[in-house]
Amino acid sequence: MKRMITVTINGEEQELAVEPYRSLLDTLRVEAGLTGSKKGCNVGDCGACTVILDGRPVNSCLVLAAEVDNCDVRTIEGLQHAPDRVHALQDNFMQYGAAQCGFCTPGILIMGKALLDENPDPTEDEIRFALAGNICRCTGYTKIIEAIRHTARQLAEERQGVES
Amino acid sequence: MSSVPERILPEFVPGARTAHRALAHESAVGHVTGGATYTDDIPEPRNLLHAWVRLSDRAHAGITRLDVEACRQAPGVVAVMTHDDLKAATDVGPVAPGDLVFADGEVTYWGQALFAVAADSIDSARRAAMLAEVKYEEREAILDIRQALERDAAVSPVRTIVQGDPEGAIRGSAHRIRGQLAIGGQDHFYLEGQVAMAVPQEGGDMLVYSSTQHPSEVQHLVAGVLGLPDHAVVVEARRLGGGFGGKETQAAHIAAIAAVLAQQAGRPVKLRLDRDDDMILTGKRHDFLVKYEAGFDPDGRLEGVDFMLASRCGISPDLSDAINDRAMYHADNAYYLPNVRIVSHRCRTNTVSNTAFRGFGGPQGMMAIEYVLDEVARYLGRDPLDVRKTNLYGVEERNLTPYGQVVEDNILPRLFEQVERSADYAARRRAVDAFNRENPVLRKGIAITPVKFGISFTTTHLNQGGALVLVYTDGSVQLNHGGIEMGQGLYTKVAQLVAEEFGIALDRVRVTATTTGKVPNTSATAASAGSDLNGAAAVEACRKIKGRLRDFAAGRFGIAGESLRFEADALHAGEQRLCSFAELCKQAHLGRIQLSDTGFYATPDIHVDKDTMRGKPFYYFAYGIACAEVVVDSLTGEYRVLRADVIHDCGQSLNPAVDMGQVEGGFIQGMGWLTTEELYWDDRGRLMTHAPSTYKIPVASDVPDDFRVELASWSRNRAAAVRRSKAVGEPPLMLGISVFHALKDAIASLAPKGCSVHLDAPATPERVLLAMERLRRATDPAAAGEPVEEDAES
Repeated sequence: MKRMITVTINGEEQELAVEPYRSLLDTLRVEAGLTGSKKGCNVGDCGACTVILDGRPVNSCLVLAAEVDNCDVRTIEGLQHAPDRVHALQDNFMQYGAAQCGFCTPGILIMGKALLDENPDPTEDEIRFALAGNICRCTGYTKIIEAIRHTARQLAEERQGVES
Repeated sequence: MSSVPERILPEFVPGARTAHRALAHESAVGHVTGGATYTDDIPEPRNLLHAWVRLSDRAHAGITRLDVEACRQAPGVVAVMTHDDLKAATDVGPVAPGDLVFADGEVTYWGQALFAVAADSIDSARRAAMLAEVKYEEREAILDIRQALERDAAVSPVRTIVQGDPEGAIRGSAHRIRGQLAIGGQDHFYLEGQVAMAVPQEGGDMLVYSSTQHPSEVQHLVAGVLGLPDHAVVVEARRLGGGFGGKETQAAHIAAIAAVLAQQAGRPVKLRLDRDDDMILTGKRHDFLVKYEAGFDPDGRLEGVDFMLASRCGISPDLSDAINDRAMYHADNAYYLPNVRIVSHRCRTNTVSNTAFRGFGGPQGMMAIEYVLDEVARYLGRDPLDVRKTNLYGVEERNLTPYGQVVEDNILPRLFEQVERSADYAARRRAVDAFNRENPVLRKGIAITPVKFGISFTTTHLNQGGALVLVYTDGSVQLNHGGIEMGQGLYTKVAQLVAEEFGIALDRVRVTATTTGKVPNTSATAASAGSDLNGAAAVEACRKIKGRLRDFAAGRFGIAGESLRFEADALHAGEQRLCSFAELCKQAHLGRIQLSDTGFYATPDIHVDKDTMRGKPFYYFAYGIACAEVVVDSLTGEYRVLRADVIHDCGQSLNPAVDMGQVEGGFIQGMGWLTTEELYWDDRGRLMTHAPSTYKIPVASDVPDDFRVELASWSRNRAAAVRRSKAVGEPPLMLGISVFHALKDAIASLAPKGCSVHLDAPATPERVLLAMERLRRATDPAAAGEPVEEDAES
């Protein structure tokens, strides 16, 4: 028996009909047509499906769609500022070569965004700890960590620029 | 947004405009915006059905009853396929038969596919698949290498390489050691699991979107199970979310199931395996049992070595012969073995059929010799680094491999010298020893291990590549080749080569999805050979087109063709710019000149005698070296990698940014294989580590605290590989062997000099702790005689 939910996805309010057992991930990928969030393990261990739910990162494969009624969800499709203007994290992931096959990348970018929202100046250890639930099988993580650190520095400089 | 950024890295080849530059991945924008489409992201066709595969829950049993009637009647179900429902071929073995689409009267491993259901939703398919009635009559199962060796169970005959007189040399040596080592397997854990979508076309043809490293083989095997000629099946793959060898042969099974269901239903079918089923149903890296005997002189110079390499192949041949051949071809790694025997057993077990995995047997062969050299050093009480250097291949002499190929491009002495300096080995060795004298609980270890990896498929005929280059009248170029993009940057590198040939900007070259409809009869993207084969083929296609453009322009401008150059988006003669590349293409088209062509490349100069395994299997070698330092808690076995220094040889790198990524990622994946990634089967043959919760893949917090990676930018491929670059896909994985030996070094610090240190791989904290306990008890009279739990394989 499907039920209707109202959910704000990347700033746009949507009404979706979902089965009670349907995961948020499947709902995003199928009902909302947003295939950027990936299904890697479907049991909350790989992080490829990470989205920001009401300000906090979650594995969307472990959240039921029915639970997000009246919630705010941000996915990789909503990370860039405009169609032709990517977020600094995205830009640095490209600059540093932080994506190889790219399948883990949306989840890691979202986790990086959630980290910087909560802790704008993370140490390398804090970045590594924040990413410990996101598996990347290609890169060895080095470039990912560097890209996030560099973004934090850039954003800090921008904030200082605004203040001064 | 169409152009991709470039990182500022040292220029490898001054003058090259696009090739050799650290350009970002061609899909970088898609990767970071979520716009890159993987197979499961392709917009689903109307009437799409979803498939579920029911797996066996016995390792070896007769099937006394398989009743799927209830599945057929279940809500939403449109098609059910069992072995008996197949209309044509029933086997998808890539080289030899043995890989059944569905079990035929018996199951031969736990997790074998029994049948598959296609339904209107994945939930309906899954529910329906559980309704079948299955009854078994259990049979005796062979579950590991030892049982298989005892019973002579093999997927193919034993093979042997002999050089010199190993027995006599060992007997005549001043010192001898013998021992054994178990090396675990590895699950690929490509982030994108196995997936295929089969879409029926008019006239009974089939289009298959497959996450495969080998579209041509998927095409051929799918055509076989559908009872169609190859020309009726098209297989397409734009990009893979990782492959690592796991989608070289295994993807065909997934595609075949989707295709037979689609044919039966007359509707499109998608099969995307659940991750647990993926890990259970598909093959992995072979685990090995190594036995060795070695004779050496007081300096640790090996005089004779006798190896027995036995691998768990699982239930079918798959690629096991070539994988075990490569293990034999790498049991020398970087060292001269004048008298050596390598005996290889290809064990048949009632477990999933093991398959290709980055390195393809090479890593296991290298582990064998590196372990022996470490034990030689322990026996003599010397630094393993000295023993390794003593045994290194020479440059002009002592350079004959056990299989008769001369090592002609040895750069190992320089790599050793460079890493000892950059990692400050001597001082850190002293510091590690001093630390261990002062700390009873925490122990440190440090090790340097080299890599010498043979480049070429050892099955000679596979060394071929093809490309199709289409130039349009506006001067933009569409590029297609037989290789698969799985994150390794192949599409980027080949596009760079094409842009360089035409002297145009990279964004004027568009790479399109690999499809059997454009470049036929391709080899798998494997053996690290992707850019060597497909890059060279694409360059050949470009040169054919350029030749015609030159001839045309020579006539048009009245200038000798040889003096014409393609650069800066234009045609030049000397200093003079004649016209833009776009204008040239337009004029050539009006002049009725063909603006497209195919290219083909076959690696020259390689040959192997199939019976003796001697010859020149490799076009060249890729080299690397790593120095790793670890700290171990001797009370718990837990450890960290404190620092790793890597220098890796990519020849004249086609893209240093891409290659750095391959090296860093390879090191971590190799480290995972030998440390935390443990495959565990229970006593009924059931894989118990079938999700990342129990199968521990390195994460960001496991990366060495201090990780320094550089490319040997001075290296140049002596073989005429494309633009003197070197293959880079697999070799860096074996740099991770340094971490294993650093752990062994830390463990050895608990024992007096001269004591053997037994450590099986993966060196999980449990195994490290047990190894330390064994040494403590062996050297502590108070604890002597108390039994220590041994590893299952030791």
